[in-house]
Amino acid sequence: MRKTLLSLAAAAAAVALGTVAAEAKVKACFIYVGPIGDFGWSYQHHQGALEAQKELGGEEQVELAYLESVPEGADAERALERFARSGCNIIFTTSFGYMDATNKVAGKFADVKFEHATGYKREHPNVATYNSKFHEGRYVQGVIAAKMSKAGVAGYIASFPIPEVVLGINAFMLGAQSVNPDFKLKVVWANTWFDPGKEADAAKALIDQGADIITQHTDSTAPMQVAAERGIKAFGQASDMINFGKETQLTSIVDNWGPYYVERIKAVIDGTWKQQDVWGGMKEGHVVMAPYANMPDDVKKAAEETEAKIKSGAFNPYTGPITKQDGTEWLKAGEVADNGVLLGLNFYVKGVDDKLPQ
Amino acid sequence: MMRVELVKRPQHSALFSALSPFIALGLTLVAGAIMFSLLGKNPLETFYYYFIDPLREMWSLHELAIKAAPLILIAVGLSVCYLSNNWNIGAEGQFIIGAVAGSILPVLFPQFQSWIVLPLMLLMGMAGGAAYAAIPAFLKVRFNTNEILTSLMLVYVAQLFNDWLVRGIWRNPQGMSFPGTAPFHEYAILPEIWPAAGRANWGFVFALVAAVAVWFMLSKMLRGFEVKVLGQSPRAGRFAGFSAPRMVFFAFLVSGALAGLAGISEVSGAIGHLNEKLSIGYGFTAIIVAFLGRLNPLGIVAAGLILALTYLGGEAASISVGLSDKVVRAFQGMLLFFVLGCDTLIHYKIRLVGTPLAKPAEA
Repeated sequence: MRKTLLSLAAAAAAVALGTVAAEAKVKACFIYVGPIGDFGWSYQHHQGALEAQKELGGEEQVELAYLESVPEGADAERALERFARSGCNIIFTTSFGYMDATNKVAGKFADVKFEHATGYKREHPNVATYNSKFHEGRYVQGVIAAKMSKAGVAGYIASFPIPEVVLGINAFMLGAQSVNPDFKLKVVWANTWFDPGKEADAAKALIDQGADIITQHTDSTAPMQVAAERGIKAFGQASDMINFGKETQLTSIVDNWGPYYVERIKAVIDGTWKQQDVWGGMKEGHVVMAPYANMPDDVKKAAEETEAKIKSGAFNPYTGPITKQDGTEWLKAGEVADNGVLLGLNFYVKGVDDKLPQ
Repeated sequence: MMRVELVKRPQHSALFSALSPFIALGLTLVAGAIMFSLLGKNPLETFYYYFIDPLREMWSLHELAIKAAPLILIAVGLSVCYLSNNWNIGAEGQFIIGAVAGSILPVLFPQFQSWIVLPLMLLMGMAGGAAYAAIPAFLKVRFNTNEILTSLMLVYVAQLFNDWLVRGIWRNPQGMSFPGTAPFHEYAILPEIWPAAGRANWGFVFALVAAVAVWFMLSKMLRGFEVKVLGQSPRAGRFAGFSAPRMVFFAFLVSGALAGLAGISEVSGAIGHLNEKLSIGYGFTAIIVAFLGRLNPLGIVAAGLILALTYLGGEAASISVGLSDKVVRAFQGMLLFFVLGCDTLIHYKIRLVGTPLAKPAEA
């Protein structure tokens, strides 16, 4: 037995040595919190990775490696260290929970560049952070919802009460109020990023409470499918989910990471990579709306106009006057919210029919 | 009609008992090789990354110790429970409550900085885990409740309680409203054993000490004899004057304390603050580790290391040959299936029984 094992090991070592391919110019590595087949968050990051590889000259130029479903604790630190030691030049850590692990490992491997999505810690010069203004898309959705809803009530399936999610809920509400000041928004906290069963239950509960438009900040296609069964309209999340609701999806906020990944991997190749903190939105092409569908032309026109206004930089959804849920004034007329406040947002704007879990 | 029956062997072969893990490993390799080949991967290369690459470097051995430590600590405690016929399925909850109780000092009293903090945290973690395990023990003794259900349900209570703490009153004020407590101060961090070589912390040493201590208790002390007698034959235990209710408490408290120690070690060692991502199923995986180690604390050390290796190896294989995480988990499942299958066949043999066709019901 032992002999067989030894010879197996020797053979394996030989195989391993034999397969070292011609060196690509750069090795880009990605760590995902979910499976790449989730059709949501991790799927879109992986699409961006593939796009970057294709754009920058294919496998001969860019070698890709990735790990799926890595838990955000001690495991992440190990996975990152293995990446760094396996010759990755740049490592993208695509979930908030990897923040501390990213910074710890970056401290040990000064030659490797680290890019952390949605975080705020950059403790070493080789750590950059990036995020997208998904809430810009949610404002457009709010405009569409208020025009499409007969009941004047939308249902929002939320994941966890972190700033990004609160930012989305408020932006949706502000967009809707710009059309119909009496618009109502009901929120269900699913306490998950990906759980088709729970998300479907949340959608059913919201519809039973009178919502006739469903939007979600969770990653599965289940709410879209429930909305399709009940014959109402819904918005997709993270990717274009039109195939899960051909007559249901109004539009979807598509996380378009490709342009950013192309730019950053290219910077490593060119030797121009620098630490930065990027919060890109529609203007940078990081947030893209899926084709507007299942709506009359005038609604489509309003949506396109809103999108164009945000994209050009002429309009920020968080422009006053905005009142907090408790009735106090947050932003005066014409005042634009500070990014620092937005990134730590922990209160609702007026009109949201829910109590924010604290 | 043929029926498959498992029949207990009158005596089991010592030779096959010893060989069983190796036979299981061989079968896993064969089945794995078939699966990897069908996926277009080179099986030898994949096995190399799975079983050899993670053991080649010092830092990776440290990572193995980090991953194995909580599994071993919890499983050693569970072995006392299962040997005494107490089915504690809630180690995950005891792990969490241990982590929460141990975090009280650095979170609520961050100004209290002294070398005494860490020992106190470890003791409070053990006390927290033990107290949480005492609930199903009390319910079993007092009301004859099924401890499988109560201990399992309490896992969800613990998860939600921790979630509520780190999103609410214990949340880091500087944390941009994200869940999680502030990072622990330096006196509250479990030190690394040998920082120059890797990041394994004293949690692994605790695991080894616990394994040896419980092994000694089970095999050399009267209390260990009591555990086994009451587990195998409560009636015989009563004749010997052993108290079954006290054994229920003993087993749950030991196992809860060790799970709690694992929890606070994980938080103060590997993570450095309390957050909501703490619970990733160590308490459930440890059940597998306990049985993989045949409920023997020393066997559990080996089983914990092997299971940890399948995690590290799976990762190495994912990075190097591009296995998807689904395949990694399927392969891990194969290993467990073959090991437990082979062990079962040592004690039982398969018999095919012909049964007469069922008679039609009389009108």
